[in-house]
Amino acid sequence: MTGNAILQLVVYLAALLACVPLLGGYMARVYEGQPIRLGRVLGPLERLIYRLSGVNPDQEMAWKRYAWATLWFNVAGALVVFAIQRLQGVLPLNPQGFAAVAPDLAFNTASSFASNTNWQSYGGETTLSHFTQMAALTTQNFVSAATGMAVLVALIRGLARKSGTTLGNFWVDLVRTTLYILLPLSVVFALFLVGQGVVQTFDASATVDLLNPLKDDKGASILTQILALGPAASQIAIKQLGTNGGGFFNANSAHPFENATALGNFVEVLAILLIPAALCDTFGRMVKDRRQGFVLLAAMTIVFVAVTLFALSFEHSPNPGLAGLHIDQSVGNMEGKEVRFGATGSAIWSIVTTVASNGSVNSMHDSFTPLGGMLPMWMIQLGEVIYGGVGSGLYGMLVFAIIAVFIAGLMVGRTPEYLGKKIEPFEMKMAALVILIVPALVLVGAAVAVVVEPGTKAIANPGAHGFSEILYAFTSAANNNGSAFGGLSANAPFWNTALGICMLVGRFWLIVPVLAMAGSLVGKQHIPSGPGTLPTHTPLFVMLLIGVVLLVGALTYVPALALGPVAEHLSFGVTR
Amino acid sequence: MLTEIRPALLVLLLLTLLTGIAYPLAVTGIAQVAMPAKANGSLVITNGKTVGSSLIGQCWDDPKWFWGRPSATTPACNGAASSGSNLGPSNPALREAVQKRIEALQQADPTAKDLVPADLVTTSASGLDPDISPEAAYFQVHRVALSRGLGDDAVRKLVEQHVTPRWLGLFGEPHVQVLQLNLALEQGH
Repeated sequence: MTGNAILQLVVYLAALLACVPLLGGYMARVYEGQPIRLGRVLGPLERLIYRLSGVNPDQEMAWKRYAWATLWFNVAGALVVFAIQRLQGVLPLNPQGFAAVAPDLAFNTASSFASNTNWQSYGGETTLSHFTQMAALTTQNFVSAATGMAVLVALIRGLARKSGTTLGNFWVDLVRTTLYILLPLSVVFALFLVGQGVVQTFDASATVDLLNPLKDDKGASILTQILALGPAASQIAIKQLGTNGGGFFNANSAHPFENATALGNFVEVLAILLIPAALCDTFGRMVKDRRQGFVLLAAMTIVFVAVTLFALSFEHSPNPGLAGLHIDQSVGNMEGKEVRFGATGSAIWSIVTTVASNGSVNSMHDSFTPLGGMLPMWMIQLGEVIYGGVGSGLYGMLVFAIIAVFIAGLMVGRTPEYLGKKIEPFEMKMAALVILIVPALVLVGAAVAVVVEPGTKAIANPGAHGFSEILYAFTSAANNNGSAFGGLSANAPFWNTALGICMLVGRFWLIVPVLAMAGSLVGKQHIPSGPGTLPTHTPLFVMLLIGVVLLVGALTYVPALALGPVAEHLSFGVTR
Repeated sequence: MLTEIRPALLVLLLLTLLTGIAYPLAVTGIAQVAMPAKANGSLVITNGKTVGSSLIGQCWDDPKWFWGRPSATTPACNGAASSGSNLGPSNPALREAVQKRIEALQQADPTAKDLVPADLVTTSASGLDPDISPEAAYFQVHRVALSRGLGDDAVRKLVEQHVTPRWLGLFGEPHVQVLQLNLALEQGH
């Protein structure tokens, strides 16, 4: 690890944290319905959407209705993505003439984009038409992100409101998130990306003449190079801002047409954590105690920095698998990395994309050193609550905060409370559901996949690393991340189906308990804090929260990680 | 329970029109007017011929050119199907592939005794990395100079001129864009 690597991390954090109060305050105004400047421009459009779709924006919803609205909207979204893929052969904007996507792949992609996972079983430039990328995928990039933020806001209202039974209106939260937060940021960001070289055109490809003619494996001459093009920048912008992560091209953010320069890379990696970090302050403002938000932000930042330092150190190390060859690995482990990002830009990105539920990659995690590849997987396994996905990260972290006050309450024998709301058996049952469903999906899924032939057939790398590929796939799908150990040949019916189910269950079986918890909390009498109340705005609580996240989120996976990355790491000493 | 189905369908339709159709169209429109060269792939045109994109790596095997990163796409440097090798660090296939590439470089220049810079013998993430490290360029100077009948110093100087430093001295890594360097080589020759 070099001084420059640490400096890059420091400047990154400084830039991220500087944006938090600005964007956090703005988002609070959006969700509290306060006047905002963009409202003058986009207000008529907002009201038009409500009128055309028959939504009464003043009508508040109780939790069940909010949950049904969320679910129906996402079911409809998934069905549309599925249908567009199946019909893309006859739909417009298909200059490459791609045929319909196979049913299992279409199911996987629909689950993937509706659940904000953006796992890619397909290769973008070889499978999907421009129309599919735009109307199906770009749309879901927006609305799946907005769904997560709406659910978060409902939970915040459950904590913030002193009485009542309702949590807000899902349609209003969804539309306002899209119109006032995601869309304006995306337009600016997309144009910036084009300025860096990210392509934005409806042409399918360009053909160039090679200065150095080549021969392919069969001896035939290759005189030209075909470059896949498309409307990429508009999708990349929202894929990062909405912690989606699904790339326009197969190589995702490693592809120079998706991520062209060091400056562009910096802004993209900033965009991934921008909204999740700022939402902490939005939360603090909405519960009328900004310290509560900063405490969560502090806990997230501490874990992030510690883990990123390890990641930098692992990827700046030479790959022991190449030891003894006539090679200079002083720049680190370069297989599967781009020169313009190097070990530093790749390692920082790998942690950012996995603490968030982003899942875009600017380097191939499958080729990381064993421990360097374990960290991204482990970050996903923590439940993506370190910043996390837009909305989903913070509602996950709030569940952990509730578990933390519950555990602290057990220690001193008092009824736990969080922000003046009593935490009782119903909340704890919902919290337990949230933290148990996902590990069950991951561990059971991986266990099944390693014993059935369609599961093991997909493995690309021998030995312990092959198990890591399977574990990573289920980890990524169930937690709605979307990154992969990409060697796994996951575009097969078994994998498309299994991972598609994991993505849907991991997303929506979490959303329902979270909303149920919000519905239960909102009706509880606010009790003023007394001498026996655990203050949740102190450094002590930060430490308690980190402890709970690491304990609950990580210990579950230690045995599995020992069989994969840890075993691979230790094997280096044995075989050579 | 069922009351929200109608708004679900209608809001989805309207947001699809807005974010899935209007938004990409608007961005494309602005980009094509304001930054057409970049929006269309940063193509490099010399003497009326499009010889590549300054952002997309090409494969080179003639000793008179600087070579770029190895590519794991099929065939190599396939600009229409990006991909990395995804070989795990402990995979013997990775070691074999790297060893073969080291041998190819040594064969092209038997006088090169230095350790080979890692980026020159490992595949990039996209298979289309346009850059190599300055060390990887310097490593090839003697071979290129020899096959073009130039002095090492002249070629080394050309490499120096083509090193892009870190952005603001801070972000990314110093790199040399291979196509630009080779074009400069050709034009200066």
